[in-house]
Amino acid sequence: MTTGQPERAAGEPTTRFVDHVMGMPISLAMRGRHAGDEAGRAAWAEAMEVLRAIDRVFSTYRVDSVVSRLDRGEVGLADCPPEVREVLDLAATAARDSGGAFSVHRAAPDGRIALDPSGAVKGWAAERAAAHLRALPGTDFCLSAGGDLLCRTLDADAAPWRIGIENPRDPTCLIAVVPIATGAVATSGTAHRGAHLVDARTGRPPAGIASVTVVADSLTDADIDATAAYALGRDAANWLRSRPGRTGLVVWTDGSTTCVGGPSTGLASSG
Amino acid sequence: MKRIVLWFMSTLTVVTLLFGYHTSTSAESTSSVLAAQTPSATGSSTPTAGADDAAGTDDPAGSASAITVTGSSADTRWGPVQVQLTVEDGTVTDVAVVDYPTENGKDRQINARAIPILVQETLDAQSADIDMVSGATVTSEGYLESLQAALDEAGL
Repeated sequence: MTTGQPERAAGEPTTRFVDHVMGMPISLAMRGRHAGDEAGRAAWAEAMEVLRAIDRVFSTYRVDSVVSRLDRGEVGLADCPPEVREVLDLAATAARDSGGAFSVHRAAPDGRIALDPSGAVKGWAAERAAAHLRALPGTDFCLSAGGDLLCRTLDADAAPWRIGIENPRDPTCLIAVVPIATGAVATSGTAHRGAHLVDARTGRPPAGIASVTVVADSLTDADIDATAAYALGRDAANWLRSRPGRTGLVVWTDGSTTCVGGPSTGLASSG
Repeated sequence: MKRIVLWFMSTLTVVTLLFGYHTSTSAESTSSVLAAQTPSATGSSTPTAGADDAAGTDDPAGSASAITVTGSSADTRWGPVQVQLTVEDGTVTDVAVVDYPTENGKDRQINARAIPILVQETLDAQSADIDMVSGATVTSEGYLESLQAALDEAGL
């Protein structure tokens, strides 16, 4: 509707796929050589299989998952696949870097401290699944796992993927658009699932914050940082400023927003 | 003096354009932020071009109330940046970056990673021409009512 929109290359349609795993939708958009062919469909099937395999290991909803058994003490960490330690190490780093606001340990209803690595698994899992898509030559893609996504664009002159950032106060609207050629976007908030995100230091939902969007090279980093920043509540934007290689958008409960451009920058004031 | 201010006429309260540049080889990242903040909302139905170098042109589609406003090109250390707004019935319906640095060969790698974030209140998903939605985790149960589902549906 405007001349300013980046134009898609003519004759390069976007092919889309949707499936569900881990209780959330997985959406894929592809364009380029293998977007609509058998190789593209095979890569999508393989990506979904990666996510299903990860779900069998990490799900806290499956009593027979490795993580559930680890949580109950039926197996030790040494008995688990190496991926479990990899994710727990990511989580430990995030816990340290966020001063304890991020944690994969939380109080269960019965008062016990339960292991729930969900906050660290999703982005990491999507990155692993995307390996099958990255192997497709001449093909660009954008893969979303329940609202956290990663993109690839091979041609530096091609139009970037346009990522809409949901308005946390009205999820039927967008509050921002981020053009991403290659990179990851993750958003943490409670618009769809209620107050399930807590500040691990207090066990309570953080105050003042509606959503945090983090843009980074890797979805592993973006997802964890978005979750950690959200948990930090009113400190979210200041904390994101300390994180190298991240760009962020914080939406506060009053509807105001703060953009964060990484270390050594501040938001320019136009006033 | 890198403070750059672009003024637009509109009822939009704030448009923030943020560019983050990340190089793959360096842990240091640098960013530049452009913020374009409008004067207070006027609700005027006879918009006038913004101050300074902003230029307004009538929408070629002929809608009496839709206009496109293109801000003046702002020089950043990475090259020119220009933002365009479409205003319809006093409401901003689209924000587009019409020009951002792509020419300098050495910077191509950097520019491929440029991350402009366009912040706008109540941006309509249809007019924004987006490919994917990032938001709070959508459950499979809630998916059918999500913006992402609408996008997937349109593309299937």
